[in-house]
Amino acid sequence: MELIWNSLPRLFDGALLTIQITVVSVALGLLAAVPLALLRLSHNPFLRLPVYAYIFYFRGTPFIVQLFLIYYGSGQFRDTLESAGLWIFFREAYFCAVLALTLNTAAYTAEIFRGAIQGVPFGEIEAARACGMSRSLLYRRIILPKALRLALPAYSNEVVFLLQTTSIVSIIALLDLTGVARVIIARSFEPYKLFLTAAVFYLVMTYGVLYVFKKVEFWLSGHLRERPDDSVKAVVIR
Amino acid sequence: MFDLKGYGWMLWDGVQLTIAVAVCSMVLALLLGLIGSWGKLSASPAARLAAETYTTVIRGVPELILILIVYYGVPTLIQDVAATMGFDIFIDFNSFIAGFLTIGFIYGAFATEVFRGAYHAVPRGQIEAANAIGMSRMLMARRILLPQMLRFALPGLGNVWMVLIKATALISVIQLPELLRNADIAARAVRQPFTFFFAASLIYLAITVVSMVVQHRGEAWANRGVRRS
Repeated sequence: MELIWNSLPRLFDGALLTIQITVVSVALGLLAAVPLALLRLSHNPFLRLPVYAYIFYFRGTPFIVQLFLIYYGSGQFRDTLESAGLWIFFREAYFCAVLALTLNTAAYTAEIFRGAIQGVPFGEIEAARACGMSRSLLYRRIILPKALRLALPAYSNEVVFLLQTTSIVSIIALLDLTGVARVIIARSFEPYKLFLTAAVFYLVMTYGVLYVFKKVEFWLSGHLRERPDDSVKAVVIR
Repeated sequence: MFDLKGYGWMLWDGVQLTIAVAVCSMVLALLLGLIGSWGKLSASPAARLAAETYTTVIRGVPELILILIVYYGVPTLIQDVAATMGFDIFIDFNSFIAGFLTIGFIYGAFATEVFRGAYHAVPRGQIEAANAIGMSRMLMARRILLPQMLRFALPGLGNVWMVLIKATALISVIQLPELLRNADIAARAVRQPFTFFFAASLIYLAITVVSMVVQHRGEAWANRGVRRS
């Protein structure tokens, strides 16, 4: 018990790195995912097929392989990267971890958005066209807001998966929550106590994320709920 | 396309172990999924609570942490418990067994949700009809419920399998010489990490593609009795 108590500050530091990596990758992945989803739906095969290949590759291979490919694999091209001035990035585990996580989550998120955009009822698009909306206005006012709402449940799952995937970056020696637990265990030889404590941290973070998404979903669906019924009260008062 | 410098056989050995561990995990996951969904749909509050706790905890904890708990934590836990009872034992867990138990345990939770959804997809009227003509519960499950649940569960189970096969790569962390671990060893020996990890990733991709084709065929087979408009 004392060991767990004494390790808590360091585990908190690790949890902060986990949260930080998750937030950065989720934000970057989201930024990349919307244009990727639109390109994926493009009628031009030169735009659609490369994006399709990218999404297929990153969804079809394990994250740990993608991470190794970027972190260790970049070493094979060290000379090229050095002359291009990029080696300072690729030698950093943090950079490689965020890059791999972003590429991974962008692929999954783009696929979620593609499904959501295709799920927008055609009647709404037709109506917008009939009103004379331009293509960009149609996307901005009708398709993307609707698709965002449709995508939210699947997207909250993706964020939770990403949060858990970040534990893999401890393998390239980053001191995230899992990494800190492993370091402490290497010195104290008390594996189950610390891993179980780390597991509780992850549980709390996961259900925290799900709680926030539930709130957002509630907030975005205000127009779909029944309005609070005050007509009855009005009758009683009169 | 790739010059694997004579280390190609290591990748081939790894693929076989990856598939073996994935198949064992999937069998365990299916069993736990059936038990878990039975618990979730059970009338007994204790069974419901146990099944609910199982899926809640698994969903909230990363796979890597669970693998490390099972491989490093469980043997020491047993040793510590034995030590307090006055026994001095030493347990060495086999990484294949630890890996497939953990992966199977994790994806059993996902299979639980798939089976539960499939159960709810079977029309109520058919179950009432089966009760009305006096079928026993077992007969009803065997003739009415399970055949239809299989059809409704197949897309979900296909997804579980495809996520599961990728999750087996994590077992490389506990030194099981599966595909990723062998690619890592070969990459270090030849000092060509990109070549070997890229080759490994393409093999995983190939496994995914084959799985997708099989899933498509399987769904067509399971839906052969359904009329399509």
